[in-house]
Amino acid sequence: MSAIIPSPQQHEFHARSNARATLTAFLAIVSRDLLVIRREILVFLLQTLIQPLFFLFVFGKVLSTIGAASASFSTVLLPGVVALTVFLTALQGPAIDLARDLNVIREIDDRLLAPLPTVLVAVEKLLLATLRALIGGAFIFPLAFWILGSGFQVRTDMLGVLIGLMVLVALVGASVGLVLGTAAPIQLLPLIFALVLTPLMFTGCTFYPWASLGAIKWFQIVTLFNPLTYAAEGMRYAMIPPLHGQPLQTLAIGWVGLALCASFVLCLWGGLKLFHRRVVS
Amino acid sequence: MLETQEVTQAIAVEHLVKRYRRAQRNAVDDISFSARRGETFGLLGPNGAGKTTTIGILTTSVLPNSGRAAIAGIDVVANPIGAKQRIAVVPQRNNLDRTLRISEILTYHAAYHGVPRAERTARAHTLLEELGLNERRKEKLGWLSGGLEQRVMLARALMHEPEVLFLDEPTNNLDPQTRLFLWERIHNLQKRGVTIVLTTHDMEEADRLCERIAIMDQGRILALDTPDGLKRLIPGGTMLELRLRVPELVGALRTVEGGATNVQDERFRETLGSLSGVTKVEQLAEGSQPETLAFRLYASSDAGILLANAAQAVIQEQGELLDLRFTRPSLEDVFIYLTGRNLRS
Repeated sequence: MSAIIPSPQQHEFHARSNARATLTAFLAIVSRDLLVIRREILVFLLQTLIQPLFFLFVFGKVLSTIGAASASFSTVLLPGVVALTVFLTALQGPAIDLARDLNVIREIDDRLLAPLPTVLVAVEKLLLATLRALIGGAFIFPLAFWILGSGFQVRTDMLGVLIGLMVLVALVGASVGLVLGTAAPIQLLPLIFALVLTPLMFTGCTFYPWASLGAIKWFQIVTLFNPLTYAAEGMRYAMIPPLHGQPLQTLAIGWVGLALCASFVLCLWGGLKLFHRRVVS
Repeated sequence: MLETQEVTQAIAVEHLVKRYRRAQRNAVDDISFSARRGETFGLLGPNGAGKTTTIGILTTSVLPNSGRAAIAGIDVVANPIGAKQRIAVVPQRNNLDRTLRISEILTYHAAYHGVPRAERTARAHTLLEELGLNERRKEKLGWLSGGLEQRVMLARALMHEPEVLFLDEPTNNLDPQTRLFLWERIHNLQKRGVTIVLTTHDMEEADRLCERIAIMDQGRILALDTPDGLKRLIPGGTMLELRLRVPELVGALRTVEGGATNVQDERFRETLGSLSGVTKVEQLAEGSQPETLAFRLYASSDAGILLANAAQAVIQEQGELLDLRFTRPSLEDVFIYLTGRNLRS
């Protein structure tokens, strides 16, 4: 072991500035997570894409073929499915990881002891969850093309907006996940998932455009409190091609952007605060 | 002057207090101590004594309410990143990365701490070899035994060459063989000049490994000294146990006339008690056979002289010496002496 353990004095020369140590540690943690993403990509894609596959097949293909939904329904559905998948995939990463890690596994300790501010450990989880969600989201397009065939209609003149919105939606999902993962005791996690996720999914305008809810005014107002509503509406704005020169009526894109940014900032702030309280007592 | 002292000290703790939210009492209650570079410092005490909280503060995962703690002169509250560059922790519970292979657990840990790639690969190789893990380096954790996990955690901690190594109950719940193995590794680290802070409620462990020990109970340090120094806290730090046989004739008397028993015993007790340096004589129940007696002498005098005097006294009184042995007071005795409670209670 003589080669390994130096005399303590040597350390004086190796001590690095905190900023440099922080950057190195952050990048090393990212590279560890990228390695794991690479290794588990197939499992991850299977896990992520199974739900959109069935949504698109049943709601987009089966319902319209048997006449239970109009043929154009798939056009409205696809942006909702993209929003939902990106949002939920991003949410699940930090929520499950942190709940498991802070309560049971404690794998996170090794990162918390790395020379960087502890909140950056949470920020890194958030960024990687965002990346995973975007990878999952990107795979929905070929999947949808394959399932919907001629029903697959996406405008390509707003790709920049689409990508920007997907990133924003993933960030919102990941920050909501950060709040859930740090706030929920592990025993309650399944309950909280059931109580939060199901209402989130079904009040999020995933399967219907917001404007069409005019007939049920109270429900239309309820949906405005769900960030997923803005995500789905934003996706519709960026994906659905205009019909007879008329774009589909969606929530104003300015409001969509503002609501998503506000949700992100709010959840990030709360989540990081909760995280810090969990890891430094 | 003060500054140079700071630098030579690996750890400095002054009037540290920690009370957790909604707790009834302070988990750590105004403790102060310091450890030299290269010293092995032990925190000994029962569960809930505040050992793990103290380590938590020093390793930046617990914020103190007041007081000061520094690693190599760096305040752990003001500059946690600086402190974290210099420390490593082997925790009580397994917190190893379950997604990575064993060798990767080591190399990524080193990467977090900025060890260059070639160096971390070489170091991981040496450490895995050293700790007998080389054949398993490509495995994931799965169902490694507690002892192997502990070795991986030790290897991980050494990857970035910490100045101060914290071992929180390092051999708790390990089989005797692995315990000895780890003790040997820790000895090696001591030889290399690594400062070690270890918590334990295992007396033998503290005795074998630590140069100085702080005995903690209910958040306070009750005593802080070398193991020998602590044992001297017990009045009459040397204990001599002797078993002797009283010749048969006298022994017969013992059984026939009940009253004579005490006379016989008293005679030996008085003689032994009058030896120089003896502070207390205890008769032990061990003399189960009718003609044997057993005594324990507490003495402050030198062990060799006591031994010679006691043997001579027994022979003078026509006793036949069967057995003589020193029992040094254990740290457990010290703990009981200080708190009136057993360490495991």
